[in-house]
Amino acid sequence: MRNGPTWFNVTSIALGFSFLYLPIVILVIFSFNESKLVTVWGGFSTKWYASLLHNQQLLDAAWVTLRIAVLSATLATVLGTMAALVLVRSGRFHGRSLFSGMIFAPLVMPDVILGLSLLLLFVAVDQSRGFWTVMLAHTTFAMCYVAVVVQSRLVGFDKSIEEAAEDLGCPPAKTFFQITLPIIFPGVIAGWMLAFTLSLDDLVVASFTTGPGATTLPMKIYSQVRLGVTPEINAVCTILVCLVTLGVIAASIATKRQQIQREKDERAAFGAD
Amino acid sequence: MSTETSAKPKRTIGGWLLIAVPYAWLLVFFLAPFFIVFKISLSEVAIAIPPYLPTFDISAGWQDFKDGLSQLSFENYVWLTEDALYWKSYLSSVTIAGTSTALTLLFGYPIAYGMARCPKAWRPTLLMLVILPFWTSFLIRVYAWIGILKNEGLLNQVLLWLGVIDQPLVILNTNIAVYIGIVYSYLPFLVLPLYANLEKLDESLLEAAEDLGCPAWKAFWKITLPLSLPGVIAGCFLVFIPAVGEFVIPDLLGGSNTLMIGKTLWVEFFANRDWPVSSAVAVILLLLLVIPIVLFQNQQQKMGEKDA
Repeated sequence: MRNGPTWFNVTSIALGFSFLYLPIVILVIFSFNESKLVTVWGGFSTKWYASLLHNQQLLDAAWVTLRIAVLSATLATVLGTMAALVLVRSGRFHGRSLFSGMIFAPLVMPDVILGLSLLLLFVAVDQSRGFWTVMLAHTTFAMCYVAVVVQSRLVGFDKSIEEAAEDLGCPPAKTFFQITLPIIFPGVIAGWMLAFTLSLDDLVVASFTTGPGATTLPMKIYSQVRLGVTPEINAVCTILVCLVTLGVIAASIATKRQQIQREKDERAAFGAD
Repeated sequence: MSTETSAKPKRTIGGWLLIAVPYAWLLVFFLAPFFIVFKISLSEVAIAIPPYLPTFDISAGWQDFKDGLSQLSFENYVWLTEDALYWKSYLSSVTIAGTSTALTLLFGYPIAYGMARCPKAWRPTLLMLVILPFWTSFLIRVYAWIGILKNEGLLNQVLLWLGVIDQPLVILNTNIAVYIGIVYSYLPFLVLPLYANLEKLDESLLEAAEDLGCPAWKAFWKITLPLSLPGVIAGCFLVFIPAVGEFVIPDLLGGSNTLMIGKTLWVEFFANRDWPVSSAVAVILLLLLVIPIVLFQNQQQKMGEKDA
């Protein structure tokens, strides 16, 4: 009995997953609604997608958001990978517990506090707010997520390969790029994607740290939602959901393929012995 | 696996740089801002840009520093205790977050349990399906519920059509909508650690119980549940802590009488432009969360030691 799925398990999984997915499915369906009302079906239409193309403000916001997300995700990945290496490989040093505290605290810190504190920092140093301040803010919290993701990858891998390289006189930097990085690469990619989507999604921190001329897409969506629900917002949301879903699926397939390839290589190597 | 070396490794310049760069970044952009928040929470509001009077300026020398210190005003904190809005917000944030956490557990436990008891081949797909919504925008997921919960929304349409109700239910802009929003948004945070825990459960214990004639429900109550407690605790913390400071959910789904501290801080900052008071609110919120965060950290550390 326990080995097969019982009716109770199947029901709870089915209910749980429909709860998780139904709202998003409904949102996607109603983005194709002819009627202006979000809740009354008036026939199939793609007119809301067409009208998006003429909404210059929305397109501008999307472009700003995309640039911020790419830049902050890249910077966060570099910093986060460094932080993960420090956490796993650097052993003891003064202030280590403060360091790990600063890595884990932003993961649970409410957005409003992060946003407010960063804004006050920028005001204190007299930095005018806009594109760059949002980018720095996003990098700061995203690097902590990257650090955690990369760390879990680093913990699980065989240190002896690195040690062998170092014993053979390979300098540390070269060891990192030739050995460590290729092995933890799936973790680094996952970290980058997580940082990218976090930046793409963020409303609260961006609202605090932005300035004139740098309205992000979530801020735009938020202000429109407050005015009322329209199928046009559903259309924007559908596009975002599709992009993210495709990205995640592509990444997981790539990781899986790489894993299979590596197992094959390992088998071949051991077979040759 | 213990990768820690007991002896201090000899460090090259590169090794020091590796530590220094992320360390400095976090000190500047994460830790320092908190001190600024604290400093501004002690200053007075002013009609100026930025809208507060600087309390003291460290660059102005020791004498001025001492003068400034004597002028520090705790007025904002006194104000927080005098105006009922603030302590009511704190209290209702904790209550709403607590209730939502309990509901998330009630709903998430069967899902995690069902996943852990599924055939091994299904598990990676199911796991992926739990994580996927986490990747889609928080704002979008909250927004999706507005169309469902509205008076003329889909839920009411379906219920009216089924004849379950003859008056549309008012759900949107009430605390119930906030509960639904939090449970929905944070469900993956609870399911994932719980699933990781339940998956490791030694099945032979349950088989032994069954062989000895223990009914399935009792075996669950006496064996599975107590052993899964670390997963339950980790999951609950991961839901409760961010839910306390939540802004988007109470703002979009809650009503005007839904008090949550994240929303109060937002209004204080953006609508009233009172930076010192919103800083004071943030300081108190932080103090409120330090206790659960430290408890969570300790519990994680203990679990880590046990695994090692």
